[in-house]
Amino acid sequence: MAAPPPDPPLIQATGIVKRFPGVLALDGVSFELRAGQAHALVGENGAGKSTLLKVLTGVYRPDAGELRVAGAPAAFGSPVDAQRAGVQAIHQEIGLVPLMSVARNLLLGREPRTRLGLIDVRALHRRAEELLRPYGVEVDVRRPLRSFGVGTQQMVALARAVSVDARVVVMDEPTSSLEPREVDTLFGVIGGLLEQGIAVVYVSHRMDELFRVCESVTVLRDGRLVHTGPLADLDRLRLVSLMLGRDMAEVRAEGLTRFSGEHGSGDHGRAADTPVLEARGLTVRHRIADVSVTVRPGEVVGLGGLLGSGRTETAKAIAGALPLDAGTVAVAGRALRRPTAASTTRAGVALLPEDRKAEGIVPALSIRENIALAALPALSRAGLVSDARIDRVVDVFMKRLRIKASSVHQPAGELSGGNQQKVLLARWLATGPKVLLLDEPTRGIDVGAKAEVQALIEELAGEGLGVLLISSDLEELVEGSDRVLVLRDGAVAAELSGGEVTEHGVLAAIAAEGED
Amino acid sequence: MTSATTVPPAADAAAAGGRARAERAGHLLQQHGALIVLVLVGAVSAVAFPDFAGGANLANLAVAASFTAMIAVGMTFVIITGGIDLSVGSQFALGGVLAAWASQYGWVPALLLPLAVCGTFGLVQGTIIARTGMAPFIVTLAGLLGARGLMLAISDEGADTYLVKSAAFARLGQGTLLGLAYPVYAALALFALGGLLLRRARFGQYVFALGGAADSARLMGVPVARVTAAVYVLTGLLAGLAGALNAARLSSGVTILGTGMELDVIAAVVIGGTLLTGGAGALSGTLAGVLLLGVIQNVINQIGSLTSAYQQVVSGAFLAVVVVVQRYLSRVQRLS
Repeated sequence: MAAPPPDPPLIQATGIVKRFPGVLALDGVSFELRAGQAHALVGENGAGKSTLLKVLTGVYRPDAGELRVAGAPAAFGSPVDAQRAGVQAIHQEIGLVPLMSVARNLLLGREPRTRLGLIDVRALHRRAEELLRPYGVEVDVRRPLRSFGVGTQQMVALARAVSVDARVVVMDEPTSSLEPREVDTLFGVIGGLLEQGIAVVYVSHRMDELFRVCESVTVLRDGRLVHTGPLADLDRLRLVSLMLGRDMAEVRAEGLTRFSGEHGSGDHGRAADTPVLEARGLTVRHRIADVSVTVRPGEVVGLGGLLGSGRTETAKAIAGALPLDAGTVAVAGRALRRPTAASTTRAGVALLPEDRKAEGIVPALSIRENIALAALPALSRAGLVSDARIDRVVDVFMKRLRIKASSVHQPAGELSGGNQQKVLLARWLATGPKVLLLDEPTRGIDVGAKAEVQALIEELAGEGLGVLLISSDLEELVEGSDRVLVLRDGAVAAELSGGEVTEHGVLAAIAAEGED
Repeated sequence: MTSATTVPPAADAAAAGGRARAERAGHLLQQHGALIVLVLVGAVSAVAFPDFAGGANLANLAVAASFTAMIAVGMTFVIITGGIDLSVGSQFALGGVLAAWASQYGWVPALLLPLAVCGTFGLVQGTIIARTGMAPFIVTLAGLLGARGLMLAISDEGADTYLVKSAAFARLGQGTLLGLAYPVYAALALFALGGLLLRRARFGQYVFALGGAADSARLMGVPVARVTAAVYVLTGLLAGLAGALNAARLSSGVTILGTGMELDVIAAVVIGGTLLTGGAGALSGTLAGVLLLGVIQNVINQIGSLTSAYQQVVSGAFLAVVVVVQRYLSRVQRLS
């Protein structure tokens, strides 16, 4: 900025540190927000973005650092404190009461009252309609909030926030469930807020939106501030590189992964083979649109893209964990009608989810039980489980995957991240799958274990398994995959094969302008 | 901007229209189901049992239902916040014994003592629930045992029966106006006041917000702890009042009363369409629910061959049906 602005920033966070057990979520991050400014906050998973938002809105107290609101030091003990200071968050979960009417939600605690102290219902409805008018919302305000779509609910939340004197509005992925028409309305409203001098912190994974709405940007990575400044100074490619931690000049020709780095070479993945997985036109409303993926035996297909681009959703849709609105899935040439988790598992699809703790490992059960879990139907007869058969299977995978544990009876929750991942892998391999869907298989595990898991993936593919590999680690993606599909905003942006599979190729595809 | 949606808008709108109609129908049934069934059962009973529609019988029915009704007003508030109060039956008995004892000092102490004691009892329960976040079920279960124990302690394990000494106080329970006993008017007045409090006062809005989404309510500035405590004070006050008026009607503090009464009250509220999960409900429904249970009891008494034990079987079956239907209706209305 050329001339120093006369007013202090609306929000000034300096050197914010936030620690969680074992993790330094924010490492001396500074953040500044001025009146009438829309500021983009971006970063991939684990960048510290949501932690910073929670510090700004009073959910977390920082361990160190200073927070000032309009020049005055602020210490938010709770979200209510932050609201009193004029910082309002508009969450995905709206933060209103769905069963109450729109009007009663808008004016809860500030209802117009008659002389007797009773709520003046007519005035309540009139006032609510007035409040909503600037937001382009014309609805029957007497009806319960939940009877309206997400877009309307969000507008009501915004109207309430602004009418209780918000000076800073924090929007976390506000467009993720909106129709295009609603997105336009929202952007119009945001423009109006900025004109009133309200500042907006805008979090989104959609590049188009960032460049359309925001004036400045802050990029976080691994809990640290990577870049902050006017958005106009950056192009898309540069922004994506900053988010992914890949400086274009530094992209190495050869990485440190244990993948051999050959793409589409050798005898695997020939066009003549029947694909082990053929997904056509997968569509899940608001998540992915018309995504097609083909994986041949022995082939590793990478799925690239930013957080929120639909990678995880694609894997879940293939595995039947997310109901499809359109599209077909065929495994080894056999089409599945209405894939469900049970039918895809039977057909030979195995999904290793991204969130091991929440969706995979049962921490209190032993390694042995965790491995046997998915294969139980195959290991039992007439509902009775054969211990001897389980022991055999578990023994094979413990050795084969080199799972390090004191015994097979050790609770899986005590294992390191890498060994937990191997237990999960063993669980699914025990079902004898034809295709493996790996969602971030090496996230959060140490370097040594990472290399082992990577080597294992290549080995399994070498034995004829088809692998769909989702990874935010560009190097892993590029060196591990024979082909790479790049997703953007829930659709396939590019398919790279052979010599095109480079970090630069993936970055360029991610950063390319979305077509209207 | 690329769009990630391909659902044709027309089909979407048509589906939404159908859904909205189903939702409205579900809402109507949820709110007025008890009233509809009450009218049906009442009409059938009037035809089947000549004595049912008689003035004396209806007056009896009204008096018998009025005590449950008073407590049900408070219970409706509690359940809308997503809570439950199991201690009301014990508090009802405690209130009756306290009132009978205090009636030796006149009708004013006889009325105020149970209100003070049960109101305080409710405040303690409510404060524990609000401050510690313990489950209302557990806290008021302790309250159920505690209040009955207290009652037994002051009545020497039920051996001392306090007779109402004040004629003025006895009149509060026994006097009639236009053929209906005073407690009936008290119950109706409480429903009217409760309705205003629930729909037309800020407190009522807080109660709905708390039950509908406690976290959102806190963010919207609702004094969550105070509202939570207040609804249990309300049930305490009303249980104490109902106990006192019942003692006045019976001319004594009967120690064995009120056992299981909390379940009748809860059943009436739920049958009246208030969601056990909180966030939705209405006092009109509660009134219909109380009357419906009262009518069922009355009719079973009319069928001489059935013992009164069957009344509980029928009420229980009724509650089961209502809960299943509510679950279905919630899904239609997408409440859950």
